[in-house]
Amino acid sequence: MVASVFALLFLRNLLSVVVLSGVYSFLMATVLVALDAVDVAMTEAAVGAGVSTVLLLGALYLCRTRDARPMRKPWLPLAVSLSTAALLIHGAMGLPEFADPRAPIHRHVVPRYMQNEIDVPNVVTAVLASYRGFDTLGETTVVFTAGAGLIALLRRRPRQEDKGGRHGQ
Amino acid sequence: MVNDLIPRVLGKLLIPFILLFALYVQFHGDFGPGGGFQAGVLFAAGIVLHALIFGLANTRRVIPDALVEAMLACGVLIYAGVGLAGILLGGNYLDYFVLDPNPVHGQHRGIFWVEVGVAVTVCGVMLQIFYLFAARGHDGADGTD
Repeated sequence: MVASVFALLFLRNLLSVVVLSGVYSFLMATVLVALDAVDVAMTEAAVGAGVSTVLLLGALYLCRTRDARPMRKPWLPLAVSLSTAALLIHGAMGLPEFADPRAPIHRHVVPRYMQNEIDVPNVVTAVLASYRGFDTLGETTVVFTAGAGLIALLRRRPRQEDKGGRHGQ
Repeated sequence: MVNDLIPRVLGKLLIPFILLFALYVQFHGDFGPGGGFQAGVLFAAGIVLHALIFGLANTRRVIPDALVEAMLACGVLIYAGVGLAGILLGGNYLDYFVLDPNPVHGQHRGIFWVEVGVAVTVCGVMLQIFYLFAARGHDGADGTD
């Protein structure tokens, strides 16, 4: 994983960058499996490695660019990303130990979820669909809004936009 | 890629199983890993693979644009409809306990339909994004003719 990240840093060919980010997503999915988050791992493998790689390749095809020019002065982006990483690492050091049963998150509402009063063996599904149904309704609406916005922005109506399309080219 | 033998044969072999696995993830989500979102994405990924191998035009014949756009809205409507059904049967919005005389079965029924709604919307959005991106290049090429 580290190797793929460093390769991503130094590659200039955008095609290989896209493919390598797919590889990175697959490795990330294996990490998530190791952390027992199988649902998230599935999503990561399907969205991160599968669909988004295809979409990025499609975008590359549309832009007709192959290589990214190296930046002259990468100091500002470098400083921003390094300070963000430092903040995140600092924050992560304040978290409780992994799988600590006394962590606040395991004592608040999780004991009730674990009683499994609705008799659904997969707790993730139970929490997502039942205990936090409103959140999931909101998320679904967000996904729907994204799709609707894309339709509004990108869909071509053949007759009306015919002239506009030719002007653009 | 239609003329390449290996992708075509492999695609024909794999795509049915990808779609079947998506349905398994959908309907087995109560017991194993998975659920509506993952199932929707997997289903869309299978169809995107079909489009990559057999061409976008063929895939659009199988799943027309109108169906994809309808899927977008139908999923949210199914989800919201489950909530309204809860109100009509005398509970709160998104209260699944009242959906069946046996409260636990009512929960299962509610979760089932909610997951269906999520899967339909997610699959629709993924396909819509792919169609829009993929069609853009082709339309542009056709427009210059």
